[in-house]
Amino acid sequence: MAGTPQIGRGRGRALSLWLWKGTKVALTVAVTFLGLLLVTFVISRYMSVDPVLRAVGDRASQSTYDAMYRAMGLDRPVWEQFWIYLRNVLSGDLGSSFLTKRPVADDLARVFPATLELATVGILIGTLFGIPLGVISAVKQGRAIDQVVRVLGLVGYSAPIFWLGLLGLLVFYARLGWVAGPGRIDIAHEYSFTVTTGLLLLDSAMQGAWGAFRNAFSHIILPGALLGYFSMAYISRMTRSFMLAELAQEYVTTARVKGVPEWRIVWVHALRNAAVPLVTVVALSYAGLLEGSVLTETVFAWPGLGLYLTNSLQVADMNAVLGGTLVIGAIFVALNLLSDLLYTILDPRTRRQVRP
Amino acid sequence: MTRTEWLLSEQPASRRQARLGQAYRTWLALKANRLAMVGLTLVLALIAVALLAPWIAPYDPIVGGDLRTDRLQPPSWEHPMGTDDLARDIFSRVIHGARLTLMVVVLVAVIATPIGLAIGTTAGYFGGWIDTVLMRATDIFLAFPRLILALAFVAALGPGIENAIIAIALTSWPPYARLARAETLTIRDSDFINAARLQGASSLRILWGHVTPLCLSSVVVRVTLDMAGIILTAAGLGFLGLGAQPPQPEWGAMIAGGRRFIIDYWWVATMPGLAIFAVSLGFNLLGDGLRDVLDPKARK
Repeated sequence: MAGTPQIGRGRGRALSLWLWKGTKVALTVAVTFLGLLLVTFVISRYMSVDPVLRAVGDRASQSTYDAMYRAMGLDRPVWEQFWIYLRNVLSGDLGSSFLTKRPVADDLARVFPATLELATVGILIGTLFGIPLGVISAVKQGRAIDQVVRVLGLVGYSAPIFWLGLLGLLVFYARLGWVAGPGRIDIAHEYSFTVTTGLLLLDSAMQGAWGAFRNAFSHIILPGALLGYFSMAYISRMTRSFMLAELAQEYVTTARVKGVPEWRIVWVHALRNAAVPLVTVVALSYAGLLEGSVLTETVFAWPGLGLYLTNSLQVADMNAVLGGTLVIGAIFVALNLLSDLLYTILDPRTRRQVRP
Repeated sequence: MTRTEWLLSEQPASRRQARLGQAYRTWLALKANRLAMVGLTLVLALIAVALLAPWIAPYDPIVGGDLRTDRLQPPSWEHPMGTDDLARDIFSRVIHGARLTLMVVVLVAVIATPIGLAIGTTAGYFGGWIDTVLMRATDIFLAFPRLILALAFVAALGPGIENAIIAIALTSWPPYARLARAETLTIRDSDFINAARLQGASSLRILWGHVTPLCLSSVVVRVTLDMAGIILTAAGLGFLGLGAQPPQPEWGAMIAGGRRFIIDYWWVATMPGLAIFAVSLGFNLLGDGLRDVLDPKARK
């Protein structure tokens, strides 16, 4: 009888602690995002390109120039300009691009699915190969297979991704003809299905346009495998060290003494415990792929965020560059937060600490 | 007593002997690691090639040969790496490119290390709101993927190798600041720091004279580990046309130059990539070895 209200009170305290923690996380994210905005704002104010000149052209009269200068709000105090910038960004207005003459936010929404699709294929390949390779090299520590995985990882850490991409195109596209060349899909297949999600593999498969699916697949497999290789290098290295730590634990000895088959100890008992930190690693390398995709997309003419960013850079289209930078930064922050949250959910030990 | 015995003595007679002995043991451990020695060789080769570039390179890196006969020649005895579309010897350009790479690495280290040390030690030593503000700022810089932030900085500063170096340095300091802060926190309340404070030493003097030297070694190791990343970022910027400008023989820019005709003339883009790969592999191997030797937790 007396126990019930106590449990209730305990729950209430746990809940308020969760709320407190949630507020703290939200505050941290808000401050970080404000900082991102401040950085992009400062960059945009100290750039070497005159935004007014870009807008009016170099043949405009002084009075036109002055009018534009005022219209862009450049005559106001800096803090007021930042306030305007802040308000615009929060209402989804990133300015418009000089290159495409469209709002940057629309452009980013249009190119984002291409990057998402590529990064997803990359992380799938990286995880499917990286985790088993890491587990095997931890089990066979110091043996030949361990060395092979280590060398594969080192090559992944050391080779410039754009160079490997070019070599891949040279060998698998030009010489062997196994995969399709740059771009997302051949022009012949472009209108054989309607683009709804922007993820071509998903769209074509759902509408049964298998010719288009095969074509899109042969386009994505090389850049996807390349990105996958780079995340595999990281994932397998981390898996190896997590697994080595787990296999040295006493519960592994206990399981061996009980006569649990070795494959079960490795792949079920130990890997499940190693899986918790691995989720963070996978989430972080997913975020990293968004960065690596800038160079990969340039090499493979992949019409995503990275190519948009570099095309804008070539013509010093600052609104587009800063908008893209901001969006990538925000995704990065979001994925970091997500991996923290997943960690708390998956690992019971971190949950217990919150309870009073 | 031989010199080795003196160095490895269990009872060093002086502080100098103890220090030299420690350094010698570290060197022995590093020497036993074959891969680390390969890395060291590659890094030393980069330095040697960069210093001796004009004497090693058989041709001029900027002025090409006869445009009618010497363009896009495949690798041969005369041109070990072939020639590019302006009839320049690629081998000579790669050799001279080592100077640019070394310059980038050294300058980024020289700019970013003091920034990281200053911010990290200040945050760790003073604590309180100074710590909060400085570490928030560090986190914000860490929130951007490195290449993207460098791209935005270069976009603002304008392309060129000097601006690329500044941009990379501005994006590399946050991990060093974190590390310096963590080190500072462990020594902040030591007796010798308190003693210095009691003697009336100013905060600046304590930070500069007592805290920074102790943080330096771990930060330097971290910078060495980062070198490969710095080289790859610089090459990426060069590849995108935002780093070194033509006709400078920067490796990333050379790959971009050979990209247009890679299918017919593969060597133009492949050779500079091999150079980037070799150098960053060298730094990675050396960094791994150094970490194994200097990190007591990893040692068996």
